[in-house]
Amino acid sequence: MLDSPAPDAHAHAPIAKDETLFVRGLQKSVPGGRKLFSGLDLSASAGEIVAIVGESGVGKSTLLNILAGLDDADAGEVRIAGANLGPLGEAERTRLRRERIGFVFQAFHILPYLTLRQNVALPLALVGADARSIGARADEMLNAVGLGARGSGYARDLSGGELQRVAIARALVHRPALILADEPTGNLDPDTAGLVLDLFAEAVRSRGAAAVIVTHSRATADIADRVLVLTAKGLVDQHVGAR
Amino acid sequence: MSARADLFSARLALGWLVAGEARAHPARFLGTVVAIAVGVALGFAVHLINNSALASFGEAVRSVNGAPDLSLRAASPLGFDELLYPEILRTEGVADASPVVSLEARARNTAFTLLGLDVIRAANVTPSLVGQLPAGPDQASANVFDGQTLFLSRAALDAMGASVGDRLDVSANGKTVPLTVAGLLPGVGDGQAVGVIDIAAAQWRFDRLGRLDRIDLALSDRAQAEAALREKLPADAVLADAESELQQGGNLSRAYRVNLNMLALVALLTGGFLVFSAQSLSVARRLRAFALVRTLGLPRGGIVALVALEGFFIGVLGALLGLALGYALAALAVAWFGGDLGAGYFRGGNVQVVFQPLAATVFFALGVLAATLGSVFPARAASRAAPAAALKNSGDLADPRRPVPWRAALILLASGAAACLLPPVGGLPVFGFAGMALMLAGGVAGVPWLARKLLAPLARRRTLAVPVQLGARHVFGSPSEAATALCGIVASTALMIAMATMVTSFRHAVDDWLVQVLSADLYVQAQGGAGFDRQAQARLAAAPGVDEIAFSRQIPLTIQPDRPPILLIARPVGADDAAAAPLVLIEEADAPPPSDAVPVWVSEPASRLFGWEVGEAIALPLGQGARFTVAGVWRDYARQQGSVVIREADYSRLTGDFSRDEASLALAAGADPDAVGQALVAALPPEMKNAVSLSQPAELRRFALELFDRSFAVTYVLEAVAILVGLAGVAATVSSQTIARGKEFGMLRHLGVEKRQLTAMLGFEGALLGLIGGVAGVLLGVALSQALIHVINPQSFNWSMSTQWPVATILSVMAALLLAAALTAMVAGRRATAQSAVLAVREDW
Repeated sequence: MLDSPAPDAHAHAPIAKDETLFVRGLQKSVPGGRKLFSGLDLSASAGEIVAIVGESGVGKSTLLNILAGLDDADAGEVRIAGANLGPLGEAERTRLRRERIGFVFQAFHILPYLTLRQNVALPLALVGADARSIGARADEMLNAVGLGARGSGYARDLSGGELQRVAIARALVHRPALILADEPTGNLDPDTAGLVLDLFAEAVRSRGAAAVIVTHSRATADIADRVLVLTAKGLVDQHVGAR
Repeated sequence: MSARADLFSARLALGWLVAGEARAHPARFLGTVVAIAVGVALGFAVHLINNSALASFGEAVRSVNGAPDLSLRAASPLGFDELLYPEILRTEGVADASPVVSLEARARNTAFTLLGLDVIRAANVTPSLVGQLPAGPDQASANVFDGQTLFLSRAALDAMGASVGDRLDVSANGKTVPLTVAGLLPGVGDGQAVGVIDIAAAQWRFDRLGRLDRIDLALSDRAQAEAALREKLPADAVLADAESELQQGGNLSRAYRVNLNMLALVALLTGGFLVFSAQSLSVARRLRAFALVRTLGLPRGGIVALVALEGFFIGVLGALLGLALGYALAALAVAWFGGDLGAGYFRGGNVQVVFQPLAATVFFALGVLAATLGSVFPARAASRAAPAAALKNSGDLADPRRPVPWRAALILLASGAAACLLPPVGGLPVFGFAGMALMLAGGVAGVPWLARKLLAPLARRRTLAVPVQLGARHVFGSPSEAATALCGIVASTALMIAMATMVTSFRHAVDDWLVQVLSADLYVQAQGGAGFDRQAQARLAAAPGVDEIAFSRQIPLTIQPDRPPILLIARPVGADDAAAAPLVLIEEADAPPPSDAVPVWVSEPASRLFGWEVGEAIALPLGQGARFTVAGVWRDYARQQGSVVIREADYSRLTGDFSRDEASLALAAGADPDAVGQALVAALPPEMKNAVSLSQPAELRRFALELFDRSFAVTYVLEAVAILVGLAGVAATVSSQTIARGKEFGMLRHLGVEKRQLTAMLGFEGALLGLIGGVAGVLLGVALSQALIHVINPQSFNWSMSTQWPVATILSVMAALLLAAALTAMVAGRRATAQSAVLAVREDW
């Protein structure tokens, strides 16, 4: 478990609906009836990084999937950049993800048959951005993560840390309001993980996005502004992170 | 924004993903392109050949007929009375009429159609049949009405190696007459062997006095003329125009052409299955990639669009390549086998393969459709996967406890069998083909169930060696994967087994029938329209060594102008003559025919084609006012267009024709067939000595079976190609599946499984796949063979037969499948296990 201050389930500040991420009273059970969590409240504002920690099987990834509109909660409300996910159909949720959310995964998920520039530009291409500006914006993002010269290369030419930097560039290229990261350093060694996390935090904050990171790693949680522990009763504030 | 607009916005991303996949796996992409190309090429080639042959047949018909408005044609080569001519000429609506005598003739070993014309009339009605004298001044004196003047088409002249001014001995209707080539027939089409002489000379010199074979008509009012002519039409003549003649040729070969087209489409179907296999594997491999792009915001329909787009490009490239290949293949096949691909439907004529844009468009569309559909099905399955779960999993979700679906397979098989019970449509087994397609789909859909059932005993055994246990459990646990790999080969094997069973049964039935009907010791046949008159018949019967002799006469008889003529066979029947071949009766009348009716025995095809039942009174264009009754139905595998046997005494009484063109002999005890043959030729008049052929039953049987094999040769080629495409599919899919399991092999090697054990495991898995594919293909093939034998064949060709199993072929196909699948899996396995075990288990793409 992470360090003090001691968990306090009721100590978090009131949440405003105009936050980038607004979650109220979320409840989810797994098939078979076991309750993963209930009464879960969460918020994240622009430029804020929130880390969610917890034991395996507690439902961290499920929570992230619900925030992404890939899974449904049993009860509660989720708003992203003002949009309430509840009444949205699959197509609207897909559009919301495409336009307002960026993703970083543990296994990088860089498509091996696209160039790195194309991988980074994929979210722009999916929203139908102007073809001429796509390449320039992807290069700009690759520069920002220190891989500006590698745009025409492929995933097989890169190390794990470099692949995750490409994934960060892809998550931010379309200027999303919210970044969702699932164990972003789970496949990296500690030194590389540190470098990638610094880059991630800098990139998120400088672009004014909110980020939610799900992780087991103390080092990863340390870059967050707030660290929350997920329990069956909801999220518990643990400490204020690096900022 | 609608889902369609979302997809349009994402077009750039879709383009990257499609191009990226093709770049990353060029061999898989090219393999599927080639599979579609082969299917399109075969279908297009067969279609081009068929249509080119029909076009050439049409050209031949036009050349010999000279394109009149309408013709009154004799129903048989016996012709009709020439007294009809002045009556026809006076008919309302008829502007002019040209009488014609038409004879099958030979000169310098070249067969050609010899027409006797009234040049003055023909110049008005069929000007293309009028000869042209050479322009030189020395030749101008040749008289076109001269009884010795012959005009030949360029093709006939070239085939005979003759030139204008040459004197030729022309044989027709049993007479040989010297004629002088006076000029050419410039109006006759290329490649058509036609000769023209004066009509009076034709009647007088070729023993056709008082008879005409047709009257060509120029009409001033078609409706009026047709109505009036039908009133005057005698029993032994029919009205025909170019359309009905063409239809006659088309009908003759239609069933064969349709069947060939269906067989060619099997290759395309197999290609479609191969695309399905390849795309299924590709989709399975890319499940996480699809999950990623869906997470990033691509709509569900985008996945279907993406994979369908890949299929579309595969289809477009494959179909374009296939059209080019098909055209080349058609040109080669026509050059090697002829326009009917050796089936013997169209004789003579120059078949030119002509590119057909409409057909090309249809086959292009079929190719694109097969590839796109082959992609859409796996894409729809992939689009339904939950992105979050797919991102976490590697996609290998085999669960040996999960029951495999079987209901869809059963419903498809049952509805296929039911469709086969329906009658033909327009003389074609439309429901039969639909039933076979449904059964094929059902069979393929049932492969996972079959795999489970076959492997259950093996999967339960715990005493097997580790590689065998692993292999058996893998295939048992993921039967759908096996079905994906096998769908193409199951389809092509099933059709190959079905065709092989049908051909074996057919050949066996023909062989049995030949043994029964070729019961005489020696056969003598008159050639080139010659015949044995009564004097010649007496001489042959008296030749030394002849114990019994039976004569027969065979003439084509037109029952309907748009159907090929049936063959009328006048011969002894039953106990009339010991030397005559027995009629192999399928059905016989219980009661004797009415005393005023002439008994005839119709062949099985004639019975089916014209609906003639035993005991029924039927009309034949023979003898004024004669009544005919069907006394029996007999088996005849020689004449697809149908035949009718009549007692020779009845025939001569009705027609006045005592000439015969075939004799079958029983030899005296101890007589040498060759010596008797020489004696028979010696007994004939001098002009007939070179116009007869002698054959012994063994020779005739060999010749008939050779003909049979030649007409089915092209079907073997098409089947072999379908099997090769299917085997290529197995190789490609087994190898992809094996390579995709690199991580599993890495894990097994971490646990201590040796490389050679892995190779053995893969070989065993491959063999199991081959076995499942073989068993499924054979079972399905057996079912389909029954549809071919009992539905398609009787409805297409009007022949029935009993089943003979081609055991050797079935075993060879099974062995080839087993071997190919095992070897492919082992070769692919070597590649998959070559990488380091540590790298193999790395969690990465």
